[in-house]
Amino acid sequence: MNAIVNTDNLLKSWPTQGKGDGYNVPYGIFTETDVYNEEQKRIFRGPNWSFVGLEAEILKSGDFKSTFIGDTPVVVMRDEDGDVHVVVNRCAHRGAKVCRSLRGNTPNLECVYHSWAYNLKGDLIGLPFRRGIKGNGGMPKSFDMKEHSLQKLRVETYKGLIFASFSDTVESLPDFLGETACESIDRIFNRPIKILGDQRQRIFGNWKLYAENTRDPYHASLLHMFHNTFGLYRASQKGGCKLDDKFRHSILWSSKGTSSTAEDAKIYKDNRAFNSDFTLQDPSILAGKPDFDDDITVVILALFPNVIVQQISNTLAVRQIVTYGPKEFELVWTSFGYADDDHEMDVIRLKQSNLIGPAGLISMEDGEAVELVHDGIIRDQDQFSYMGMGGGEPGSSDHLVTESSIIGFWEYYRDIMGQQPA
Amino acid sequence: MELAEAKLGIESSVFLDICKLQTKYSQVIDTDKLEDWPDLFVDDCLYKIQPRENFDRDLEGSVIVCTSKGMLVDRVVAHRHANIFAEHVYRHVVGMPLIHNTDDGMISTSTSYVVFRTLNDGESVTYSVGRYEDKLVRENGTLKFKERQVIFDTNQIATQMVTPI
Repeated sequence: MNAIVNTDNLLKSWPTQGKGDGYNVPYGIFTETDVYNEEQKRIFRGPNWSFVGLEAEILKSGDFKSTFIGDTPVVVMRDEDGDVHVVVNRCAHRGAKVCRSLRGNTPNLECVYHSWAYNLKGDLIGLPFRRGIKGNGGMPKSFDMKEHSLQKLRVETYKGLIFASFSDTVESLPDFLGETACESIDRIFNRPIKILGDQRQRIFGNWKLYAENTRDPYHASLLHMFHNTFGLYRASQKGGCKLDDKFRHSILWSSKGTSSTAEDAKIYKDNRAFNSDFTLQDPSILAGKPDFDDDITVVILALFPNVIVQQISNTLAVRQIVTYGPKEFELVWTSFGYADDDHEMDVIRLKQSNLIGPAGLISMEDGEAVELVHDGIIRDQDQFSYMGMGGGEPGSSDHLVTESSIIGFWEYYRDIMGQQPA
Repeated sequence: MELAEAKLGIESSVFLDICKLQTKYSQVIDTDKLEDWPDLFVDDCLYKIQPRENFDRDLEGSVIVCTSKGMLVDRVVAHRHANIFAEHVYRHVVGMPLIHNTDDGMISTSTSYVVFRTLNDGESVTYSVGRYEDKLVRENGTLKFKERQVIFDTNQIATQMVTPI
């Protein structure tokens, strides 16, 4: 069996400096059930804020959606006062899921098992036969409704993004996100949005391989030929990555049209991903209009631990990670436009939606890349990956030829996993 | 209603033509003749693969949206030359079409499908289950797709989707 089974031993044996100034990540961190269980405790239920949805998904009183934090089922709902609440989706009686729909509208949550009913804040408001039937049964005299609420999580919203936390000690959401990430959210969520729909993708690999993927400007022009060939993203473009001081969150950004195609042809030489013979019969898929005042055309904002906010040309989406175990996760893509989009803009976003999601011409390869790694590391858990591009150090970068953002993720991961939960 | 059925009864050859087109569609995909796939559509066509959870909420969000035959061709070229994916084959199993009407030369139908996907490890899995909502027209006497809307129940796509449903 695997030599490494204990998370703390694995963290202790993780080298701080890799070969030749590079950075190493032990493969066991991706494959071990013990690590996965500790992540649920120390990350998803630890001092972090997890994304659970967009306010635009639950606009009206009584609107709800069911989702997950890590692998814990939760319900996100809006009460009569307009406040958003997040509760663990588990009846306080015998543990049944109280909400069985993906989404909907309801005056209260009622468990089907024994009809215990909760209001939209998660408070228990009633249960059958509390005082018995004809003198028989009933709850003990000491039974106090207030002690049997659904488990309520801390909730904060920022610019229409809803986050929840199991932690009593986590800092406020804006402090957790930090100035850099907040500015990036401010830019995209600058006016009311409208939901265009969801796409769900099940990927058979560890969730952290996707955390790496979305902090990796090195791969984007090499794996995704569509990106490179049509100049939507090339490592030679103006761009970079910005991290907060704890390296939790990462912004990859770039501006198309800021490199010379003739120069790029030399840089990429005969690389598969740069194919000037590939032309489109219907280029309207790439037609667009600027959404913002700047020239930034790609933003991949990866917020620790479970969401990516993206702008790729005119496609806007959040991608939520839901874990199903060390070897499997779901990616929920929720695409949106702006409430004031006109018909022309609706058509632009609809056509460009071909670029993203599980069938996206520039994003479908990421699921396959995660699985290629996962399949490759199924043994040899005490061996390591190697990252050295850009110097092997964590931090921000003013170019795209780097792995510094991925290393930043791992530095924060090691820090948070090394802390015992309060 | 009786009148509509009587009309369809008279034109039972229409039913056979619809079945032929459906079978041909499945065959070009399942036998990897993707280059023949766009020719089953008229030039000004719509091909859309949409999660049922969006369709039921009247949301446009789709996995693939092609609004011209050219975009179908581009998908095939990308499949052959651009996209990276695990080797696989599909097997379509398609139900009987329910014919809604045949007015004004436009036939509209609903048809259930199951697509099994087999990777090169030889394991076949249920990859996508759903229905086709089609609009068919004749072009030089041959029945073709004016619209093929794929509305899928299997709302978690395994790994990725590159080959059309």
